[in-house]
Amino acid sequence: MKNLVILGAGTSGTMMANHLISKLPKREWNITIVDQFKTHYYQPGFLFLPFDIYTTKQVKKKGEKFIPKGVNYIQKKIELIKPDENKVQLEGDAQLDYDILIVATGTKIAPSEIEGMDGPMWYKNIFDFYTYEGAKALRNKLREWEGGKLVVHITEMPIKCPVAPLEFAFLADSFFKNKSMRDKVDITYVTPLGGAFTKPKATEALHHLLEEKGIKEVTDFNIERVDYENNKIVDYADTEVEYDLLVTVPTNMGDELIERSGMGDDLNYVPTNKATLQTNDYENIFAIGDATNLPASKAGSVAHFEAEILTDNILRYIKGEPLKAEFDGHANCFIETGNGKALLIDFNYTHEPVEGTFPFPGVGPLKLLKESRMNHMGKMAFRWIYWNMLIKGIHIPFVSTNMTTKGKKLEKINN
Amino acid sequence: MKKVLANREIDVNEEGYLVDFKQWDREICECIADECNIVMTEKHWEVIEYIHEKHKNEEPLSIRGIKKSGVINIKEFYNLFPGGPLKKATLIAGIPKPKSCI
Repeated sequence: MKNLVILGAGTSGTMMANHLISKLPKREWNITIVDQFKTHYYQPGFLFLPFDIYTTKQVKKKGEKFIPKGVNYIQKKIELIKPDENKVQLEGDAQLDYDILIVATGTKIAPSEIEGMDGPMWYKNIFDFYTYEGAKALRNKLREWEGGKLVVHITEMPIKCPVAPLEFAFLADSFFKNKSMRDKVDITYVTPLGGAFTKPKATEALHHLLEEKGIKEVTDFNIERVDYENNKIVDYADTEVEYDLLVTVPTNMGDELIERSGMGDDLNYVPTNKATLQTNDYENIFAIGDATNLPASKAGSVAHFEAEILTDNILRYIKGEPLKAEFDGHANCFIETGNGKALLIDFNYTHEPVEGTFPFPGVGPLKLLKESRMNHMGKMAFRWIYWNMLIKGIHIPFVSTNMTTKGKKLEKINN
Repeated sequence: MKKVLANREIDVNEEGYLVDFKQWDREICECIADECNIVMTEKHWEVIEYIHEKHKNEEPLSIRGIKKSGVINIKEFYNLFPGGPLKKATLIAGIPKPKSCI
């Protein structure tokens, strides 16, 4: 028997277990998945939790439910990957041998990277919403907050779901309007980027929306420290932004396991071939989702498209065939803009988000880069799709793995 | 777009970044620095050298990378190239403006 081991049972790992169980011959392959945590979170829901749009129950389920029968599920901490010995060391001296390893250990917030961020005011007037604990603590704060300066802040790129902080700012605008206290809240969006987003077309559209909603922008802000005693963030150019409530996206880093195993870059991400998903250093180790250093969005939709290609490539690798260099960086994201509306963007490594229709060219029903109620409904429906289709590895109808250019107003192609 | 620097015609994009690195040399570099009100010192050249090395190896530039460069700390980097040091330093170094990873 041969062994395929998946590290991490989040979005990517769970999807891979579901894809591979039906594809690998059971008599030849054992599939094992390892994750120390019992709960599987619906991470896109962390955006809605602070505003009481979702309940805590809607964003978490038992991970076990989603691991298919026939896959060996181990709930233990992973101590070390030993790539030269093809072994994984688990807590308590248990060891796993593998023929093929898939690293799906994701990314985490690392607030301690910035001086003063996770000090005495962490979860008092400084919050993240990228963790279940952070989103829930922020919800409790927002329920009673009486207004003042709200600063929505990104520490450094790359981050998981680069649009989430913008969505947070938009939703905050609606939230305070609905509470009839928008006039008591001053919202500022602070980013290390030169504009609201990483791609020029979308930045223009999003800048316009920020302006319309009276949200101020501070760009090119590279934070040096949080001065939690005086409630301000300070950047390397000594620019200061004052806050009463700081909602920050801390530095994102890959799992410490990657660092311990000596397999990561500066941010503990695994150097991975951006088209095949094979790691650069080991031919029998593949990486997927947020754990990789791919120049693509760290997002569930990206992991979903990657999973389909990685499944193919694992089968090819087993047969000794050349890998398909097929992943194009496809991402597809709803951007919640508040008041029951949303934008939709669809892009890849080389094509930036543009206007058009999705998924049917010329028909839609979803509109790209334009606000609509239909897009918002798409975003809301996505929670059901996530739990019932996406992580179970069921193909989402009409949405292709590689990005299509049909129905899009393409003006220019980068690179 | 064409631009005259040090009495030579140089190809640049709409933001003034050099399109062809082969056209870059120390003289051009000093002219661009001058336009940014920067007088090149030994430390500036060390940073430019570091940036060229990264560019040659196709490694993305970042503020975090500067911190670990061993050449300079971030505060000094801001002092040498005031106001958007990565953008200014790459402009002067004659390489493309760093694209942020998405």
